[in-house]
Amino acid sequence: MIEISKKKSVLKLENLTIKFGGLTAVDSFNGYLNEGELVGLIGPNGAGKTTIFNMITGIYKPTFGNVIFNNIDITGMKPHVITHLGVARTFQNIRLFSEMTVLENVLVGEHSWLTNFAAQKVLYKHNPKVYRRPKWKPWFWSAVLKTPDYLKMEREMRDHALELLKAVDLERYANLKASALPYGPQRKLEIARALATKPMLLLLDEPAAGMNPQETQELLEFIENIRKRFSLTILLIEHDMKFVMGICERIYVLDYGKIIAHGLPKEIQNNKKVIEAYLGDEVYV
Amino acid sequence: MKRVSVKMNFILTTILVIGSGFFLLFANNSFGDYWSRIITLIAIYAIMAVSYTLVNGVTGIFSLGHAGFIAVGAYTAALLTLPIHQKAMSFFIQPLIWPLNSIQMGFLPATIIGGIVAAFFAFIVGYPSLRLTGDYFAIATLAFAEIIRIVIQNSYSITNGALGLKGIPSYTTIWWSWGWLLVTIVVIGSLKFSSYGRALRALSEDTVAARAMGINVFRHQLMAFVVSGFFAGIGGALYAHWLTTIDPRPTSLGIMLTFYVLIMIVLGGLGSISGAVLGAIFFAIAAQWLRIVESPMNLFGLKIPGIPGMSMLIFATVFILIMLFWRRGIMGKRELSWQLFYNFFLKEAGDRN
Ligand SMILES: Nc1ncnc2c1ncn2[C@@H]1O[C@H](COP(=O)(O)OP(=O)(O)OP(=O)(O)O)[C@@H](O)[C@H]1O
Ligand SMILES: [Mg+2]
Repeated sequence: MIEISKKKSVLKLENLTIKFGGLTAVDSFNGYLNEGELVGLIGPNGAGKTTIFNMITGIYKPTFGNVIFNNIDITGMKPHVITHLGVARTFQNIRLFSEMTVLENVLVGEHSWLTNFAAQKVLYKHNPKVYRRPKWKPWFWSAVLKTPDYLKMEREMRDHALELLKAVDLERYANLKASALPYGPQRKLEIARALATKPMLLLLDEPAAGMNPQETQELLEFIENIRKRFSLTILLIEHDMKFVMGICERIYVLDYGKIIAHGLPKEIQNNKKVIEAYLGDEVYV
Repeated sequence: MKRVSVKMNFILTTILVIGSGFFLLFANNSFGDYWSRIITLIAIYAIMAVSYTLVNGVTGIFSLGHAGFIAVGAYTAALLTLPIHQKAMSFFIQPLIWPLNSIQMGFLPATIIGGIVAAFFAFIVGYPSLRLTGDYFAIATLAFAEIIRIVIQNSYSITNGALGLKGIPSYTTIWWSWGWLLVTIVVIGSLKFSSYGRALRALSEDTVAARAMGINVFRHQLMAFVVSGFFAGIGGALYAHWLTTIDPRPTSLGIMLTFYVLIMIVLGGLGSISGAVLGAIFFAIAAQWLRIVESPMNLFGLKIPGIPGMSMLIFATVFILIMLFWRRGIMGKRELSWQLFYNFFLKEAGDRN
């Protein structure tokens, strides 16, 4: 059994359900993540894993159920507001801004620093004692007129972006087009770009897809590393069982939109239902 | 590769601007009236093109409503500068309503108000249209521009309807048009190369990823659309005072004009400000040159009558050819920069040594 920890809850999914026409892609999903945890979400193809990410980040609106992030009900909020509140993600099939440079990709993530007024309002409404009353600043005009205020901000953004690139070891590619990067570094860049929004919760959708065993091992260390460095809570989807078992503290197993198992890696490994679900699909374990 | 420093960039750009100023001064004084007018027109076209490429190129949403905002700017400014006695004379079907019938102001405030009113219309048009994507957005903006034109055509007490406005003072000189072009380039360039511009370029590539990066896609698109509308209005105001007569025919301030500006920005490279300016220069000169094909000709003893619309036919063909075989245009998405020159000339020279 899983011990109930006293740590702060970062994410709670309550009866999360979504229907596409007749298909119930996710059916009453209940789950939680506590501060600092690294949790896996696995399941055969089409189980509904990515759909859960899309509901957390506001791309899809759940048919019913709630998404609670840091004790704030964010169900149905706009994706950009959810990002500003501190949820960042990567995509299953990499979605970099390929015409832009590596540095610019990260800087785009930092644009949220200027435009997070709506999220600040949400936070202030949620708890006026802890959060400051949001102040709206005409950043757009400052940016066009290049006021000292803006130039200072731009410098900070650039410094921070370069620091991030250094942290993920992509600094030497900074001025290269994102599409010119090899596959592995592209995955890393997508993570760096997500980190630029200063998230608390990071959602990784199959970060090891398409990597060879050595690259996968490096990625594992990389994720452990950024997790500590940026004090992240991470939810990750992955098909590579060795990877999942090696890194996750807890695992949810999804099949046809329903949770079929939840527990520690070694419990999942020996779970009969999980083995059956995967045998019907492909042998992973 | 050596980088051209910020200071060097600044110095070279200042020299270029001052040099261009002297060139214009020279052109104004010694090229004669005809070419002075063409050079003025080039800047007007460039203003229209740079503002259009902000939406269709940088932001990557395909609007076909640009002429609508140009028309709004043209009419607004013209109604503000027209001498009162001229208004009383022109509006003989229905008199012009108050307070327009008793206002006459200077060129600068009229131009700015023209821009602001056009920006307001861009907001009204953009707000509902930007809920749509892709082709639907293009069709919606096209429809809105046509609505603007038809309303102008039928509001006799404001715009003098199909009769149009005549006797607009010919205020637009080389200095006004090139001055405003400088302002347009500085503002839109500054926007493009800011955090907001990066957000626009990002969402033009992938709206889903842009949203996940915390960009309010709708807001940013609307912002670009309104800024573009403002400068389209400025361009319209200058155009009206260059033409001195404006009317709401589709061939003057209607879809035809949108199409012309579209050719300019596609030719220059969608999303490139310097490309838009180059496109405008090419277009303005080619349009003059192509007037020959519309006038009667005597080809090897064969008398060819002037074929109206012939130049349009040629433009359309060229446009299709560009779209098919040369989609990146002159500049692609790049900008002319000193770095580019440096790389091109000095590096090659270095290689040869
Ligand atoms: N927008 C949508 N419209 C209709 N059906 C959808 C939509 N999005 C997802 N689905 C369906 O929901 C189900 C779950 O899809 P999802 O992408 O979440 O699977 P997944 O677990 O991420 O699979 P994979 O491991 O292949 O990535 C699939 O049957 C998919 O076809
Ligand atoms: Mg998936």
